[in-house]
Amino acid sequence: MHFDCGSCNGCDIEVLACLTPLYDVERFGIINVGNPKHADVLLVTGTVNHRNKKVLKNIYDQMPEPKAVIAIGACGNTGGIFREAYNVVGGVDKVIPVDVYVPGCPAKPEAIIDGVVAGLAKFAQKVEEA
Amino acid sequence: METLISVIIGLVAAPLLGGLIAGLDRRLTAWFQSRQGPPIMQAFYDVGKLFGKEKMVVNQWQILCAWVYLIAAAVSVALFFAQGDLLLVFFVQAIGAVFLVMGAMSVKSPFSQVGAQRELIQILAYEPILILVFVGFYMVTGSFSIHAVWAQDTPLLAKMPLLYLALGYALTIKLRKSPFDFSTSHHGHQELVKGVLTEYSGPYLGLIEIAHWYETILVLSLCALFWHTNVAWMALLLVATYMLEILVDNTMARMTWRWMLKRVWLLGMGMSVVNLIWLYAG
Repeated sequence: MHFDCGSCNGCDIEVLACLTPLYDVERFGIINVGNPKHADVLLVTGTVNHRNKKVLKNIYDQMPEPKAVIAIGACGNTGGIFREAYNVVGGVDKVIPVDVYVPGCPAKPEAIIDGVVAGLAKFAQKVEEA
Repeated sequence: METLISVIIGLVAAPLLGGLIAGLDRRLTAWFQSRQGPPIMQAFYDVGKLFGKEKMVVNQWQILCAWVYLIAAAVSVALFFAQGDLLLVFFVQAIGAVFLVMGAMSVKSPFSQVGAQRELIQILAYEPILILVFVGFYMVTGSFSIHAVWAQDTPLLAKMPLLYLALGYALTIKLRKSPFDFSTSHHGHQELVKGVLTEYSGPYLGLIEIAHWYETILVLSLCALFWHTNVAWMALLLVATYMLEILVDNTMARMTWRWMLKRVWLLGMGMSVVNLIWLYAG
């Protein structure tokens, strides 16, 4: 599933583009769900701030194990150019453990799909360990 | 002995076939949308993955209700393959559906609650249609038993065409396809997050998915009975019906429960009653 922590929506639009027929992420069997209880992989975009870090943690906790987290875009990775702002926590990995970082501003759909596939490999690893 | 063999074949083959149909469904839907779509075996991969996930339930009722839903769906398919009584098949299937609703209602989440209420309304919409279709079977064959259908030498579709169209409404609701997918929608689409299935996750969602495959096979087998004389025409009828379902799913928007009740009751029951009157007069 996808969660936007207050981004400019650039990365979100690119994530949406992955669902369109041009990039078609469903050929890998991936579908976009809105329910964290049904999700395996969490895509996070945007800068985490002190308000939505609680929401992010809540959504992450609702996902059943095993799960993977992918931080997308410069803001998701480290806070991007907003890192020094007073309300920005700075990077998704300050709140929840991240498995894959996809750089870009915004990240290209191809890079996002690449990141998701790498995330799936990590997910498969976790399934093996479980 | 023969009955036992066909029951076992039914119990084993139905989920396998149902999963294949689910995979083909996504492939065809993708073709309609100019995309590629997942591999045909995707449904099996998904259920396999679900069984490997952590068991996360809100309360114990959910576990019971998921299991009863699956067992009821499996038993109704087994009864169908045992050439049993259609009314019994109907009641066993209805028990499963009600337990799914109860499982969703046992959780306080508003998505789950409203989804469960909408699921009840969907059940309210398609059950009269199914009963009327079975009454049609009785009027043509003289019995509610599936045995009696094989004794007919002309396809039932010739005598019950309007009832078949009404059955199409029930199939659309059962398959959770637009315009009737407001209690929960199939694969990626969201409605009330996931409506009646919101609070189910992991292995219990897997059980519900398998139960859904059983129910799909049940309704498709019911459609197949309408052309029992020739296997090739039966296959053609099933393929045409399913393609029509996918076409309707891709062209129609999700409607409201009021629209569904009006449509399905007026048109569906109306067509059924007209067909039944025609059968009675003929």
